[in-house]
Parts: sequence; C-alpha cells; structure tokens
Amino acid sequence: MNFWEYLANRHQQLLTDAYQQASLVFQCMLMATAIGVVIGVVTYRSGWAGNLATVGTSAILTVPSLAMIGLLIPLVGLGVPPTVIALTLYGLLPVVRNAIVGLRGVDPTLVDAAKGIGMSSAMRLLRVELPLAWPPILTGIRVSTQMLMGIAAIAAYASGPGLGNEIFRGIASLGSKNALNQVLAGTLGIIILALLFDAAYVVIGRLTIPRGIRV
Amino acid sequence: MSETESGGGAHGATIELVNLTKRYPGNPSPAVDNVTMEIKAGETVIFVGPSGCGKSTTLKMINRLIEPTGGRIRIDGEDVTDIDPVKLRRKVGYAIQSSGLFPHMTVAQNIALVPKMIGWPKGRIRDRVEEMLDLVGLDPGEFHGRYPRQLSGGQQQRVGVARALAADPPVLLMDEPFGAVDPITRDHLQDELIRLQHELHKTIVFVTHDFDEAIKLGDRIAVLRERSHIAQFDTPEAILTNPADDFVSGFVGAGAALKRLNLSRVRDVEITDYPTVTVDDPLQTIFNKLRSSGTNEILLLDQRRRPYKWLRRGDLMRARGSLARAGTLVSDTVTRDATLRDALEAVLTDNTGRVAVTGRRGEYIGVVDMETLLNSVHELLEADRLEALEAQHELEEARAAQTHAEQEGPGGEAKA
Repeated sequence: MNFWEYLANRHQQLLTDAYQQASLVFQCMLMATAIGVVIGVVTYRSGWAGNLATVGTSAILTVPSLAMIGLLIPLVGLGVPPTVIALTLYGLLPVVRNAIVGLRGVDPTLVDAAKGIGMSSAMRLLRVELPLAWPPILTGIRVSTQMLMGIAAIAAYASGPGLGNEIFRGIASLGSKNALNQVLAGTLGIIILALLFDAAYVVIGRLTIPRGIRV
Repeated sequence: MSETESGGGAHGATIELVNLTKRYPGNPSPAVDNVTMEIKAGETVIFVGPSGCGKSTTLKMINRLIEPTGGRIRIDGEDVTDIDPVKLRRKVGYAIQSSGLFPHMTVAQNIALVPKMIGWPKGRIRDRVEEMLDLVGLDPGEFHGRYPRQLSGGQQQRVGVARALAADPPVLLMDEPFGAVDPITRDHLQDELIRLQHELHKTIVFVTHDFDEAIKLGDRIAVLRERSHIAQFDTPEAILTNPADDFVSGFVGAGAALKRLNLSRVRDVEITDYPTVTVDDPLQTIFNKLRSSGTNEILLLDQRRRPYKWLRRGDLMRARGSLARAGTLVSDTVTRDATLRDALEAVLTDNTGRVAVTGRRGEYIGVVDMETLLNSVHELLEADRLEALEAQHELEEARAAQTHAEQEGPGGEAKA
C-alpha cells in the first residue's frame, strides 16, 4: 500500500483525528488567551509582577512536554484532562509576554489623554489600552497556536485525542507495512492544520485590528 | 482683553487655586509650592515658565491627573478637590501636545468620546461631532471617517481641540498643545484658538514655554519660576513693559518693546489724513493739489480708491505728464487690524517713511507715519507702565499676606 492508497483507505479515521486535534488546539488556545490576557492585564503595570509572570510562564515551557503529561496523569487521570491542562499551560507564555509588552508599549500620552478626558480605569483598559495592544497579543496567540499544534501530538501518549495517535501507532509498529505511512500522515496532517490556523489568524487580524492602526 | 472677562460669565467658569501644593515622596522640596491664583470666568490664562518649573504639574492638578497633596481647587465656586476625579474630568476639557488622539478610532469616534460617556443621545452626538469639526475649521464630510494618522499634525491638533470641547465644558486645559507642530501651522492654530475663544468664552488655562505664544493668546500671563512660584501674574502688556524682576525680564527676552507692538493694532493709533488724488482726476487738478498741499508728496488712488502710487513733486515733469510712468508704486499697505509691528515694518521698508492704511476692500483710509507711530508707542508704553505698577503693588500685598510664600519668594529669586 503506498501513501495515497493509505490515505484513501483511512481518510475517515484521519479526518476524525484531524478534527479532534484542531478542536483540542482551538479550545486550549481560547483558554490560554483568556488566562494569558488576564495575567497580562493584572501584572503589566508593575515591573516585578510583569517579570514574574513572564519568567513563570517561560519556566513552564521548559518542562519537557512528555514529562508534563506524565506528571499530570497521576493527578487528573488519562485522556482529555491532562492534555488540555498541559496545552493550556504551554500556550500561556507567548500570550502573556506579548500582552505585557503590548500593554506597556501603549503611548503614555494616550493613556494620559484617556484619563484627562474622563475615562474610568476600566474604560481606559477596554477602549484604549487593549485595542492598541491587540496586534502584538494576536501575534502571541499565533505563535502559541503553532507551538501547541506540535505539542498536541504528544497528547496521544496519555490516550488523548488527535493526530498524535497516528504518529504513535506508526512508531509502535515500526517495521510493519504501514508504519511509515502512519507517521507521515500524522505529521503532514499537523503541518496542514497549522497552516490553516495561520491563515485563519490573518483573517482574524484583518477583522479585529482597527483600520487606524493596521500596518 | 477686558471684554472677554466681562462677557464670558455665561460660558466659562471661575477657577480658584488655594495654596495648591504637590510633594512627591522622597523629595524634600515640593514640586509645586503653595500656588494661590484666581482665574476669572471666560479668561485665557497662560502658565509660562522654564522647563521643570511645575507649570504642567499645576495644570494637571486642576483636573487632578496629578492629585494635590495640599490646598484646594474650586471651579465655579464648587470645591472639586475631593469629588470623583472621573466626574470632574468630564466637565473639564483637556487638550495635550501632539493631540493625544486615539489612533484606532476615527476622527468622529474620538470627538464623540466624552459626549458618549456622559450619556448624550446618539442623534445629538452625531450633530455635535459635525458641529465641532465645523468649529475647528475641518470639513465634516471629508474628515468624519478618517483615522488620525491620515491627518496632518495641524489637523490632528484641531481634532484634539474639538474632542476637548465636544461636551461643552466650561473649562479647557491645554498642555503645550501646539508644541509639536511647525511654526507656520502653530501660528494658524493660535489664530484659530483666538477666534474660537472669541465665540465660546471658555475659561482656558494654557501651558507653554514659548513667551511669544503666551503674549499672543493670553488675557493674563502667569510667569512661573521653579516650584510654580508666581513671579508675575498680569496682562501681557504689563509684563512686557514692566517685568516684576530680573527673572521675568529674562524670560520676556530681548525686544520687549517690539513684542509690545504686536499687542496693539493700527486702529489704536492716530491715523492721519493725507492729500490724495485719483487717477481719473485731470492732470491740472493733480498739479494744483501737489502745489497747494504743502507736502512733497501726494497719494494717487486708483479707480476703486485703493492706494496706487506715491507722486513726488517733479515726478510728473519727468514722466512728461504721463501718470502711468510717474511716481513710485505703493508697495505695502496695512489694514486697521494689523499690528503696530506690521505697520512699523511697512514704514521702515517704504522709502517714503509712511504707510497707507486701507479698509476692508482695500480702499484708502489714511496714513500712518514714523512720527505718529513713535508718539503712540510712547504713550502706550507709559500707560502700561502705570498699570503694571499698580498690579505689581497688588501682587506684593497678596504676597505679604502669605508669610510662607514671602519667605520662599526671595530664596527662589536668589537661585534664579
């Protein structure tokens, strides 16, 4: 069976895996974004808190993904929970760091102007600071997504969903007829998904970044 | 100057600063020390002083962007020192250097911000935005949907002022608003502000380090030295002719008398009549006039009575009776609204030593010459001097009442 025959044969399974992978990354990314932006908003005003958040989230990233999932299994069991927790944690760093950099990078005279015309601090954040910091935050989300797409493959180790299953199955049956096809299908699938997500972010950027600050 | 003070009551609000002080932790001497000042409704007051003298800090304490550590602020008699700062700021317009427009919002959205915050209905906001754009001299149809980066610096600044005035606040604070634009645009914007203020009669507090700007815009100028001590608080005329001390005169800079000429108009001085003839007059009449006038020269007007040429005795002879060739063309005229400085400039460059004054359609009204200019200027300066002495006296009395300020005053002076 060559690779194309393999694809034609297994497309049902592959599509399901791809869908699950996409849905997993998407949902984890939503959580990472929400948590990351909140961490950024809470910490950016103070020097040490912001640095602590950046250092903390990058420390998480240095934990090998296999080890992270392995450590989570005894705590939350197999399947979806350890995968989601691990991916969300990994996704934090780029979002947190870009949120802090973006919010700190807002022109102080604009913040001054916002205060001066009578905006409350919540309004200032929502109407001025976050919209202006949104392009770098979106970049962070984009980087994060690419990274999670790869890491999500490891989820199969904890019986999680996704294209990682293909890869692990292939590796486990190394030498058999379909081993290479399986690894190849899983890997290519992940790459294609990553590219599709990236394209989606370009569209999201066009839609959400106000025309006045689009470069 | 006094007309805005009396006529502006309905539009502006008084601002009283009482012993206003700002101390920063860890710094033994206050950044702003005990400023007491009364700003009348509808008046334009300029804070001017060297960098770091605390003028901006003082301004920002009025809308409490910087919280004072001591003293009171009263706007229109109401003590606003302890009210919710957000509420206060919505009643006080604020315009800053390089406009402070939000780049992600359109011009219309920027202007609509404050009216929206205080809950105006949509229709009213829409009308108001158009009205404000019109007021600052921008075409609403064209600029409404633009983003700030699509505007020139001067246009941005206009929108900044429109945003500050959108909710019709009685008070407008301006923190070096024209500091970042080129000199020509700045000049335009200053003229516009004068025009606006003529219509609106807001109470404007304006910070600048440019003394010429202060003279041009201010009804009164507060010259501040370090820690916002008031060195002199008076009309531009008084400060120019009678600076309170070396610090003020140093800040006024060279050429105070020349600057003073900017503050008076040709209408304020005596415009003398001068023998004139028109191009339609027969040559004989012109000859007779020249002979009988007792002056060496006569002003030739064109058909629409606009100054055309200076005719000298003998010019006609030399040109063999042809008006087209005789005399020297009038190179420069001034209107009655021109400043005395413009008039002086024209008198100096004109080789006859006088300049023709024209009306709205360029028609001849009279003539100003060097002598009238000199006499008028001397009179003006003398009057200013007396006025300034009086005001100075008042300031000193006020200072004496404030023992603390008096002790600080000479100390600051010695350092300056």
